[in-house]
Amino acid sequence: MTNEQLIEKLSSAYPDAVVKQGNQYPEITVAHDKMHAFMQYLKSDSTMAFDYLVCESGVDYPAFIQVVYHLESTTHQHFLVVKANTENRETAVLDTVSDIWPTAEFHEDEIFDLLGITFTNHPHLRRLFLDETWGFPLRKDFHDDIHVVER
Amino acid sequence: MAEIKIITTDEIKTDEYLVNMGPQHPSTHGVLRLLVKLEGEIVHNVEPHVGYIHSGIEKMTEALSYPQIIHLTDRMDYLSAHMNNEAVCLCIENALQVEVPERVKYIRTIFDELQRLASHQLWWCASGMDLGALTAFFYGLRDREDILDIFEETCGARLTLNYSVPGGVMFDIHPNFQSKVKAFIKKFRKTLPEYDKLLTGNIIFQNRTKGVGVLSKEDAIAFGVTGPTGRASGFSCDVRKHHPYSAYPYIKFDEKLGTDGDSFMRWKLRMDEMWESLNIIEQLIDNIPEGDIAVKMKGVIKLPEGEFYQRVETGRGEFGVYIVSDGKKNPYRVKFRSPGFSNLFTINHIAKNWKIADLVAIMATFDLVIPDIDR
Repeated sequence: MTNEQLIEKLSSAYPDAVVKQGNQYPEITVAHDKMHAFMQYLKSDSTMAFDYLVCESGVDYPAFIQVVYHLESTTHQHFLVVKANTENRETAVLDTVSDIWPTAEFHEDEIFDLLGITFTNHPHLRRLFLDETWGFPLRKDFHDDIHVVER
Repeated sequence: MAEIKIITTDEIKTDEYLVNMGPQHPSTHGVLRLLVKLEGEIVHNVEPHVGYIHSGIEKMTEALSYPQIIHLTDRMDYLSAHMNNEAVCLCIENALQVEVPERVKYIRTIFDELQRLASHQLWWCASGMDLGALTAFFYGLRDREDILDIFEETCGARLTLNYSVPGGVMFDIHPNFQSKVKAFIKKFRKTLPEYDKLLTGNIIFQNRTKGVGVLSKEDAIAFGVTGPTGRASGFSCDVRKHHPYSAYPYIKFDEKLGTDGDSFMRWKLRMDEMWESLNIIEQLIDNIPEGDIAVKMKGVIKLPEGEFYQRVETGRGEFGVYIVSDGKKNPYRVKFRSPGFSNLFTINHIAKNWKIADLVAIMATFDLVIPDIDR
């Protein structure tokens, strides 16, 4: 599917979600409570068939924390960026997608470690790189008096 | 006379126990700790513990300007330094919609392939050593030296090149560059068959790798395993082919694909890729167009507001740069999608029920670089 067809199909199937053409790829923002069902649709629908989760990253914004999923279909060769925002920064909770793409399990471990998003139904959520004494370094309000010198 | 009782292995039970493999184990190629659950020699569970050299590169980038970020990227996968640099440069150039000169595209692609050869050579010799063949180590390093000399002559660095800058490359190629590369190709075409003679055809080596640690195509896609490791399972994931960048659209090359997905196939695939890299360089080296080596960029680079994603193929697989910009001179957030990270975490899936010595063979053919995983 071309980017235009993808946008058209998604906006008719999911009228609530915000679909737009980004700089390179189509981007869709879904509500956090509908995210898991939407992801399942992307994986299982034969015209979508997004079977390869390329990258999962977290971004800290002032009002919420966003998780960005870069998805590719190895059968149709199309690419989609899905974004899901947490409700707010204090209760940063999202559903896991590790049951859909196993690689997400470890990307989510990393996001939990560095940004503090708790993924529900995750099989084994743990801090991947840092120990328990650290906060969440990739949050914008993170202060580290020992390692960071403010100019 | 007492009756002789035949004891089957089912009756001998040992308790499961945990063994730390690493963080200083030679076959982990860096500081990686695998917590291995064993019953006798049989691996029941592998849990990778990473983060020993986590350097917080993603956090650091938020305080640095875009040209400065490039210097951090070759500290991640130091064997694919040039590809990592290029990924950030391409991402910045795409965001600013800058078209680099043709000469730059050719130079970058030649460097990509030389870097890939150097990376595969080090992988070849180090994994030979993991499997107990020390001679391989000297053969591989001998040939890698030639490539590093070529790098040094042009850009002054041997390992962390920092040769790409936004808009082009830092210096023009050295006058000897083309002749030296051609001499290297001629020499390496003679020495590469020695690699096969030494290890690939060796029956001990084959017995240790054939059929060991099979990764199916479905699992490779589901776990996001890319690079030669993924392609050995039949997952067509070559970014150079599917999303060509730099001079890759101009050249003819094959994407090598395996079928078995076992350790031997992963080995064979990297050997084939070395031949393919030589072909790619040969197509480019005589045709480098004349022209500028960089376009003029502003002193302070500011990316427009928005999000940019760039993928390149490194020696290990797909490397992705995701930049979120808010229009300032520092990025708002940078995420590096490193190939080693996704590749490593399949290890529990495929090493189960193999012997601990096979775990070493699997790790050797996965070609892990630890700073690439930890970042």
